[in-house]
Amino acid sequence: MRYASLHPIIAIVPVIAAVTFGRVLPAWTLSLATVAASNALVALGIVILARTGNVSFGQGLFFAAGGYGVALIARAWGVTDAVVQVLLGAACGGLLGVVVGPLIARYSGIFFGMLTLALSMVFYGVLVKTTVLGGSDGFNVGRPSLFGITFADAREADFVLYALSVATTGLAGIAARILFQSEFGLVSLAVRENNLRVEYLGISSRRVIAINFAVAAMLAGASGAFALMAQRHIDPQFAYWTTSGEFVFVAVLAGYQSVVAVFVASLVLELVRSFSNLYMPNTWQLVLGVFLLAVILLLPEGIGSLWSRKSRKKVAPVRVSEMAEKEARS
Amino acid sequence: MNFPLTIILDGLIQASWLFVVALGLTLVFGVLKILNVAHGSFYALGAYIAATAVTIVAAHGLPPVAGFVAMLLSVALVASAIGLLLERGLLKMFYGRDEVVLLLVTYAVFLILEDVTKLVWGVNPIYATQPYELFGNVEFAGLYYVGYDLALIPISAAIGFAVWLGLNRTVIGKIVLAVIHNEEMSVSMGVRVNWVYAAAFAFGILLAALGGALTAPKISMQPGLSSDVIILSFAIVVIGGLGSVEGAAVGAILVGLARAASVHLMPQAELFMIYVIMAAVLVFRPEGLFKRETARRI
Repeated sequence: MRYASLHPIIAIVPVIAAVTFGRVLPAWTLSLATVAASNALVALGIVILARTGNVSFGQGLFFAAGGYGVALIARAWGVTDAVVQVLLGAACGGLLGVVVGPLIARYSGIFFGMLTLALSMVFYGVLVKTTVLGGSDGFNVGRPSLFGITFADAREADFVLYALSVATTGLAGIAARILFQSEFGLVSLAVRENNLRVEYLGISSRRVIAINFAVAAMLAGASGAFALMAQRHIDPQFAYWTTSGEFVFVAVLAGYQSVVAVFVASLVLELVRSFSNLYMPNTWQLVLGVFLLAVILLLPEGIGSLWSRKSRKKVAPVRVSEMAEKEARS
Repeated sequence: MNFPLTIILDGLIQASWLFVVALGLTLVFGVLKILNVAHGSFYALGAYIAATAVTIVAAHGLPPVAGFVAMLLSVALVASAIGLLLERGLLKMFYGRDEVVLLLVTYAVFLILEDVTKLVWGVNPIYATQPYELFGNVEFAGLYYVGYDLALIPISAAIGFAVWLGLNRTVIGKIVLAVIHNEEMSVSMGVRVNWVYAAAFAFGILLAALGGALTAPKISMQPGLSSDVIILSFAIVVIGGLGSVEGAAVGAILVGLARAASVHLMPQAELFMIYVIMAAVLVFRPEGLFKRETARRI
């Protein structure tokens, strides 16, 4: 990697630049970028967790836990400060992650994915049937404030939210880079390669997975708080499997290699979605599906492969059917 | 009123069509090792095609039997054709990639099909009630049932038995089982694994669509049909063990009974009861009820 020699903290410069750049951006891009940054936060968590070889299909659980947690606290005690809300969301998601993580760390591969999916759907089912929380309609919350200042101007409020989400996601990205290079981050990779050998070396691979899981849950919870502030509304759809599926999609689109790619992938997905929504309101899902297929086909290593080239190639097991196909052709 | 019997019958009726759908999912996973997210879309597609077939037949003034037969035939033809096209034209390009990537490819197919069904059939509810009167009403131990609902139980049992027989007692079935067990060995023994892949995928899609067709007379077809069904059949397949026919049957019965029981006893728990069962099974037997544990490489 070209910039591996630089300390990740350097990346704070482009983050500050992106935040100030928001001043000149048109209003519609602000809310779009806010959603993209907030989704990137969840996808970043998935990438962190994927380094242990496990993909969670139920990040909607923590996304919704963060959102609902913040919404309920805001409703009960009138907490409207945006920064506090993000911290609360991260705490709600993270706490749930700490509880769920050790239980789930025993599983791997497809079972890991299915179990996380099942848990998020249990939560969805509970939310839909809880009339106090508005059932399937959800409920509305007020506009957030920042350090005691309320923003009556919609444009100003959008910018504050944009700045906060970009800054949070940027800082999370920097932290993730530091984490990846740390001893713990490298052990996580070792767990993916062979968890039994890691155990023989005296490290609990379950604990490694559980910690990564809790980090991912915390990020998803914070993202839930952003989604809540951006929509000022919450409903059980936060925990539905299609929501979780989209987060995984961003992660795969990004390609597990580069942290920057996660933000780019999230932004690209959001752009494709809103443009196809605008110009093809009846077929935007179709456009999205075709776009995703095209990216998976043309950029096998994800968007990140466009600029960061991995020196160490991962040896992928070749499917026998593929070999047979080649033989049949020759 | 006989309460336990109501629950059991309702549960079995639910289980019958769910089993047919889940059977397709488990077969596709067994052979291709793909968890097909688009499976629910093919269920919806089958239901829509059935509705069209039934409407055409009814417009010609033909009896319900003709509608029923036309519905099954048209669905079988269209679904297997689409399945073959999809496997050969699209999925083939992604073999050898990561499990998650393949899953996301089917997720993209799910998104595409979602809009395609909306484009073809619109967003308003569609009905195909004609075959529903086929078997009249039945009184069973003091309970009144629509005959069609009860008929679903033997129909899906027959489908399940036929699949089991086909897999375990025919040469083609043995070949498929060999591919499920060890595709590398199958290739070296001269099995055309590509063909098995294509056929298995098409057959799995056919089963999903058939499940949709069988339920079509009972329900109203509208957008959003697929995403609930896929999540139910995931649960069934995971409970029973991915890739196992017997597992799909037991999983379907468990899920059907759980749904029926919660509808009658505790309606607010209906949605998450199934996932609670699924989570419980995963906690105690992660490989599902009907799958042997395999040794892992160190």
